Amino acid sequence: MTVDTITSFLHMGGHAAYVWPSFVITVVVLAALFVHSLSFLRAGEAALKGLKAEDEASDET
Amino acid sequence: MLHRFANPTRFLRLSAALLPWTAGLTLVLLIAGLYLALFGSPADYQQGETVRIMYVHVPAAWMALFCYSCMAGASAVGLIWKHPLADMAAKATAPIGACFTFLALVTGSLWGKPMWGAWWVWDARLTSVLILFFLYLGYMALHNAFDDPTRGARSAAVLALVGFVNVPIIKFSVDWWNTLHQPSSVVKMGGPAIHPSMLTPLLLMGLAYTTYYVWVLLLRLRGEIVAGKVRAIRLRQAHG
Repeated sequence: MTVDTITSFLHMGGHAAYVWPSFVITVVVLAALFVHSLSFLRAGEAALKGLKAEDEASDET
Repeated sequence: MLHRFANPTRFLRLSAALLPWTAGLTLVLLIAGLYLALFGSPADYQQGETVRIMYVHVPAAWMALFCYSCMAGASAVGLIWKHPLADMAAKATAPIGACFTFLALVTGSLWGKPMWGAWWVWDARLTSVLILFFLYLGYMALHNAFDDPTRGARSAAVLALVGFVNVPIIKFSVDWWNTLHQPSSVVKMGGPAIHPSMLTPLLLMGLAYTTYYVWVLLLRLRGEIVAGKVRAIRLRQAHG
């Protein structure tokens, strides 16, 4: 691949301002939703672990 | 049969086994689809390079409708059989569908500007998809608007079912009204009117979006089950 072909690829026939943002926003939104879903699950698991530990501690007293 | 797999404990075990497969499949399909969309497919003879926007726009629009149909179906099961996992599946689907609808609108706008000369036009297809986006947002807001989660789930389920009337309107809007938006080239009588070099990346992206939906849905469903357990323990503690 020469520098020219890379430049013309990035140029997207003069429509770079429309093509690239479409792909970037797709990847960003899908990645953000995945991260949000994973942290929602992790936060719940951490809270559950804390509550169970609390439960066991109060059972012993 | 349904109840065997809809048992939350069994679901947790099954989803733990499925998660790595859906994750791997999504990444492989997405990379292959993006590669073909950007490098391995030709520019369109009319639209030039902007046709590449199709590969992220069209599957997002498919998923916007598919997720809404799943949400409405799960809502119906939750209302009729009062199954908690069905309610959770509908609730977990809403943000995913909203994201796909948002992407369909934004990438459509980015495609519309160079092709139609406008970021937005109030035509039947675009307007009905915008309404779909608001239905997702309304569903999520209503679900969280009640202190009692079962009442929130019931109200949101009714909204999802009433809003389902919008799905066929979106699908057939390009046939019923004279719109700027072009009609379907893939799902039509006599087979797809699109060359395999463009159809392959489009279908790969469609499959990638579908497995992404399953992947994130499983994650969110597990999150909902855990959140339900936390809520139950807190209630028990509060009431001694």
